[in-house]
Amino acid sequence: MEPGIYHLLFISTALFFIGVFGFFTRRNLITMLMSIELILNSVNLNFIAFNKYVWPGKMDGLFFSIFIIAIAAAEAAVAIAIIINLYRSHQSINVETAEDLKF
Amino acid sequence: MNGSTIVFYLLSLLTLTFGILAVTTRQIFRAAIYLLFALIGIAGFYFWMAYEFIAAVQIVVYVGGIVVLIIFSIFLTQQTGEELPKQKMGRSLFSALAVFCGFALTIVQVLQHSFKGDTTEAISPTVFNIGTKMLEVNNSGYALPFEVVSILLLAALIGCIVIAIHNKPVTK
Repeated sequence: MEPGIYHLLFISTALFFIGVFGFFTRRNLITMLMSIELILNSVNLNFIAFNKYVWPGKMDGLFFSIFIIAIAAAEAAVAIAIIINLYRSHQSINVETAEDLKF
Repeated sequence: MNGSTIVFYLLSLLTLTFGILAVTTRQIFRAAIYLLFALIGIAGFYFWMAYEFIAAVQIVVYVGGIVVLIIFSIFLTQQTGEELPKQKMGRSLFSALAVFCGFALTIVQVLQHSFKGDTTEAISPTVFNIGTKMLEVNNSGYALPFEVVSILLLAALIGCIVIAIHNKPVTK
């Protein structure tokens, strides 16, 4: 069977939920960030697949992907700055040690 | 079963295998390397769909930028050779259950929907077409989002410096 939009949507759904699983189970901030990257990538794949198979006459999906990549890069940089700052003050990047704001 | 189909299934095998390994392995450095291969697999999908520009952007930004940044932060924050603590059985079990239910729900919805392709002529995603469209101000061009994203990147850059800067204790 020739791969089409359903195959690509299956792959991106599977990647999305792999990322969600990682986000639920991991307790280390860097590995949680990795799960978020997987989720964002599955969304990009989805946009490109829709652009190619459903609206080939427009380029909206492509531009959404480009902007998502740019925003994801900014997000990763800010997240890693926060993680390093947290490590400096708590000597750990486990989410369960960072509960100073918990009431 | 032609060559393109075989390449597609190989790519999906690579991406999903390394994606699962990246979220389940207990050695954090290996998780970063598996994530790298999963991102390369996604770039391969973009090449497979003949979106070369976005595949190149994916490799440059994710593989060359974000994964290297993650590896550096692992070096800065982890003790070498230390494994991540084992997860509680109940937590991973319930996560797997929730993820499986969500996956099944989504995939059933997707398979029930029939996507009707647009019949207008396809625009080929060359760099020329992308650049023209991105800098266009008329005809629903993308000049304004481009500007907004540039300001966002500048703000993120300054924000990173402000957050990560090391405040020396004031001595008088």
